[in-house]
Amino acid sequence: MSRAVIKNEKRPFISRKSLPFYLMILIPVVLTLIYNYGPMFGLVMAFQNYNPAMGFLKSEWVGLLHFERMMDMPDIQEIIINTLRISIGKIVVTTLAAIVTALLLNEVRNSSLKRFVQTSIYFPYFLSWVILGGILKDILAREGLLNQFLGLFGMDPVILLGDAKRFPWLLIWSETWQQTGFNTIVYLAAISNINPNLYEAAAIDGAGRLRQTWHITLPGMSTTIILMAILSMGGILSAGLDQILMLYSPAVYSTADVIDTWVYRAGLRSAQYSLATAVGLLRSIVSFIMISLSYLIANKTMGYRLF
Amino acid sequence: MIDRSPARKVFRVVNAVFLVAMALLCLLPMYHVLCLSFSKSTAVLAGKVTLWPVEFTTKSYEYIMGKEAYWRAMGMSFLRIALGVPVSMLCIILAAYPLSKTKKEFPAQPALIWFFLFTMLFSGGMIPAYMVVRNTGLINSIWALILPCAMNTYDTLLLMNFFKAIPSDIEESARIDGASQLRILFQIYVPLSLPAMATLAVFIVVGHWNSWFDGMLYMNSESKYPLQTYLQASLATNNNVRLMTKQLAMQRNAISDRTLRSAEIFIAAVPVLLIYPFLQRYFISGMTLGGVKE
Repeated sequence: MSRAVIKNEKRPFISRKSLPFYLMILIPVVLTLIYNYGPMFGLVMAFQNYNPAMGFLKSEWVGLLHFERMMDMPDIQEIIINTLRISIGKIVVTTLAAIVTALLLNEVRNSSLKRFVQTSIYFPYFLSWVILGGILKDILAREGLLNQFLGLFGMDPVILLGDAKRFPWLLIWSETWQQTGFNTIVYLAAISNINPNLYEAAAIDGAGRLRQTWHITLPGMSTTIILMAILSMGGILSAGLDQILMLYSPAVYSTADVIDTWVYRAGLRSAQYSLATAVGLLRSIVSFIMISLSYLIANKTMGYRLF
Repeated sequence: MIDRSPARKVFRVVNAVFLVAMALLCLLPMYHVLCLSFSKSTAVLAGKVTLWPVEFTTKSYEYIMGKEAYWRAMGMSFLRIALGVPVSMLCIILAAYPLSKTKKEFPAQPALIWFFLFTMLFSGGMIPAYMVVRNTGLINSIWALILPCAMNTYDTLLLMNFFKAIPSDIEESARIDGASQLRILFQIYVPLSLPAMATLAVFIVVGHWNSWFDGMLYMNSESKYPLQTYLQASLATNNNVRLMTKQLAMQRNAISDRTLRSAEIFIAAVPVLLIYPFLQRYFISGMTLGGVKE
């Protein structure tokens, strides 16, 4: 009798009760296997001379050849530096811009002004980089709005889109233009969670608004700021493929070509499938480490959990 | 507690001016494009148009009206949304519900969570993904824009958290009444989490409308491009002479590339403008949905 009880305690993996769950999750699992795990398996291409006609299994194996070729590529260093420069620049500038904007918005007492500003600055976030890029290209063109404006002051036209030195800044600031409004939401939520009694106490102690911001609001936001910063480190190798593909041109490749754009051109434009996959594999591995690390740090230090 | 010192007053004025300037910086570029699209091409070329149409004309819109390729691309985008959003929602719901169960009810739950979570941490990258789509025969098919992105782990986890918050007594009593799990899911859980569903659906609609890179990767012919991909291609090449009839070509001579481009950009943004009030509300509630309260 007691044995039977123990046997019952050991639940079978599939029972009449759990079977419906398996059936439900079947479609998502199959789609994920094909379109997420399939490409992971497809990474074997990096060790082959991949031939689309032969497929993943029958193409010729070449070991680490493509990794050696990658090391010999003259522009590999440039691409990595460009990627880091652009993505770190974006993380720093977009974060600071969102924090400052949230602090300023928090000082607005007129609620219709506040609503107008918020509604407007969220707007670019919902437009694709095709549209944003199309607008930017027109405004920044030789005959565009920017140069019309500069012309009023008798200044020479500037072609930002073709200027390799300024182009990374153009990427960083146009990303800030798109993201800032939306990123303020998180920080405004953090500010609204600060206990209002703290401000009253500080005011009684004679602290002005600026000191209140410095000693109460900013520390109150610090958890959110640090959390967002940690989590953004996971995307350190994504410099923004959509945006760069829309805006760049061969004239600015020296500062704007990043890992993703290079992989796209090498792999799908010049059909160097295996070499591009080798670069992509290293990118995926580094990203994996960065995302896991950032999540672990956020989890251990701030108790952040995704589920 | 209102501070009425002069310094405070100055700060408030400066702050308001600064924030309004920021707001305008986000609105005016699109408005400028709208003005360009309604101006006569000679005025645009002479650099006379800034924030008001000069010599108002609807020529570029008339031209686009007759441009079949543009509307076919827009049709592809709508088709993509009409197919992609239900497929995605179904996948997310069907994954989130079993994952919201305990290990006791669904023994594979912990393993499957990691199965899905791993796809957020590691990916095969662009080239192998392209090869898989190609090997599954989806190149040039609308399903190439739908199936690879149908399942989304992040959205699934959001919905799973939402399902977890629904008291399990409801499920218990439905089961005693003999309801199947499928019925419990679609007649109890789904209706109870409609706000969360709406948020996710809005995320997915905007995602489908705005994405263009996959269209460029997976579609071989321009006639299959969704609108954003079509627009990207036409902005990159500037003129699609190939697709032009003689009548269109004559009409086109009266319009500059810039006015035409501006009109194309504006029309592609119109659907987003129309649902913008919704978007704002649901995206913001989506951001708060993301936070897990322990």
